[in-house]
Amino acid sequence: MTAMQPGEQRDEVEMLSLMLLIRRFEERASQQYQAQKIGGFCHLYIGQEAVVAGAVAAVRDDDYIITAYRDHAHALARGTSANACMAELFGKETGCSRGLGGSMHFFNRQNHMYGGHAIVAAHVPLAVGLAFAIKYRDEDRVTLCFFGDGAINQGSFHEALNLAALYKLPIVFICENNLFAMGTSVKRSTSLKQIVDRAEGYDIPGEIVDGMNFREVRDKIAEIVSSIRKESHPAFVEVQTYRYRGHSMSDPASYRTKQELEKYRLDDPITRLRAQLTREGKLTHEQFDLLDKRAKETVLASVKFAEESPQPPLDKLYDYTYANGANS
Amino acid sequence: MREITYRQALNEALAEELERDPNVFLMGEEVAEYNGAYKVSQGLLERFGPRRIIDTPISENGFAGLGVGAAMVGLRPIIEFMTFSFSLVAFDQVVNNAPNMFTMSGGQFNIPITFRGPNGPAHQLGATHSHATENLYASVPGLKVCTPATPRDAKGLLKTAVRDNNPVLVLEAELLYSSKGMVEPPDEELLIPLGKAEVKREGSDVSIICYAQTVPLALKVAAQLEEEDISAEIVDLRSIKPLDEKAIFDSVAKTHRVVIVEQDHPFCGVGAEVCYRIQKSVFDELDAPIIRVSQEDVPMPYNERLERAVLPNADKLIAAVKKVCYA
Repeated sequence: MTAMQPGEQRDEVEMLSLMLLIRRFEERASQQYQAQKIGGFCHLYIGQEAVVAGAVAAVRDDDYIITAYRDHAHALARGTSANACMAELFGKETGCSRGLGGSMHFFNRQNHMYGGHAIVAAHVPLAVGLAFAIKYRDEDRVTLCFFGDGAINQGSFHEALNLAALYKLPIVFICENNLFAMGTSVKRSTSLKQIVDRAEGYDIPGEIVDGMNFREVRDKIAEIVSSIRKESHPAFVEVQTYRYRGHSMSDPASYRTKQELEKYRLDDPITRLRAQLTREGKLTHEQFDLLDKRAKETVLASVKFAEESPQPPLDKLYDYTYANGANS
Repeated sequence: MREITYRQALNEALAEELERDPNVFLMGEEVAEYNGAYKVSQGLLERFGPRRIIDTPISENGFAGLGVGAAMVGLRPIIEFMTFSFSLVAFDQVVNNAPNMFTMSGGQFNIPITFRGPNGPAHQLGATHSHATENLYASVPGLKVCTPATPRDAKGLLKTAVRDNNPVLVLEAELLYSSKGMVEPPDEELLIPLGKAEVKREGSDVSIICYAQTVPLALKVAAQLEEEDISAEIVDLRSIKPLDEKAIFDSVAKTHRVVIVEQDHPFCGVGAEVCYRIQKSVFDELDAPIIRVSQEDVPMPYNERLERAVLPNADKLIAAVKKVCYA
């Protein structure tokens, strides 16, 4: 992606292309996981693509983003190559975390992607720290902090929201509400009727956004970010979305009905943006097919790259425990 | 050199590092307007202002995590825990976020953060407020842990910790805040390296290995033993991690008898690690089995007499020394 200037809007065809890349990447990751090329846990983002695409389209490249463990899409959205992402899943040295992080710990310092964090809600205080640093240095950046609906009942989430409100920090808390924390529905985990009301408890303005609609996500977050840049404050967005797959690769998602899944599939975020663009004469069927073909090729090439990449060397095992210094 | 308290020494270290580096800030409960629960941050708000001396709500997990996040983008936070007993509320941030980030990101994010505050049993605070956390934290790869026992070490180690590019825990000795000692004048830069022990007293018959609150205890015992013609060498570890094996082994090679006096619990305590390393590397130097003196393996009772029974004391230490000396 090209660097974006303040106030400029990202090209929507480019963002559709990103959403396709995310979907094809996740499909291929699923296949490679089943082929046992990928170890550990692997959480797929399929169905939620419009959330991260809309959010990054609303901010500058130098704004900070940080997320939980369903993080492949956020790394890709921040310009991490499919090669580096797939290689990370394969545990290779060419991965975006040198094969030391794995699926749940993708990082890209250069592009301001601050992880990839696997303990539910433990990164929300980190996000507040990123926002604290922005204000401390009197910069006009904003932090976008993504998390799932499962995070909102964790203590660190509440402590972090209170601190952000107290110190008036420039941060957007983006709750990707996909209705299930692993297998537990929001209804069974949260005492509130709607998640966004959590924000009210901390005097933080909150909004609900349709997470299957790229444009709505982008426009709402752009509006919030513009307000934050004028005068630093936290904000909360509940983005209502849906994951088509289980919580992780090992989850058949038997806690929900086929009908429910089908209902959301009919509202697919990629199909929706494609239809909008086609209707407006900005995208032909041929162009779409070409974008999809390119996404598939990029991902296929990333598998080859990952397979051919070297393992992290054994003799560097102790090199990443302490910075600039020997171990005890 | 002039004589100042341990508390003043820490205060000087904070002020000097805040003065030196604009990326350094101090955050914690009551650090600013209240001047610190133990007055370690006395006067700092007035001098450096509310941007850099920051009071927090009672949210240890929240502000410890805030510090780690700020460190990811190059600030150098000093996070004060009112006591390290409360750091357990932030265990996830100190243990799972701060030290793992450098590895998990493939070396992209080091975390230059200092966690500091009083640690170890004080006096009749009961089980929840008496934790000695050094063995918990020292067992975590990616953390560094130091335990100053004197004003000079407190100042020099804290300053070094703030400049380190990794998460460092400065476990201050709660009972020693008012103790006094000689320290270089303020215009003389005092940096004491992490991972360097110091022989606080030379001796030839037995090595007493100690740290933090057990250092003054060991020194007192050494004076008493002198009267009985037992010459004790006092090795103050100063840092638990990295551990100064060389200083330990040198002393063992000199005295051939070892007592470890620690302020934590016996099971998986600091002394267990020191003991293992001695027998592994300098077994032939030993003339007697090593003895550890630690807390009893119980939650701390409130009752004063029982608390005394739980803690290491002079009688227990003298008995241990006599046993290894076959005296």
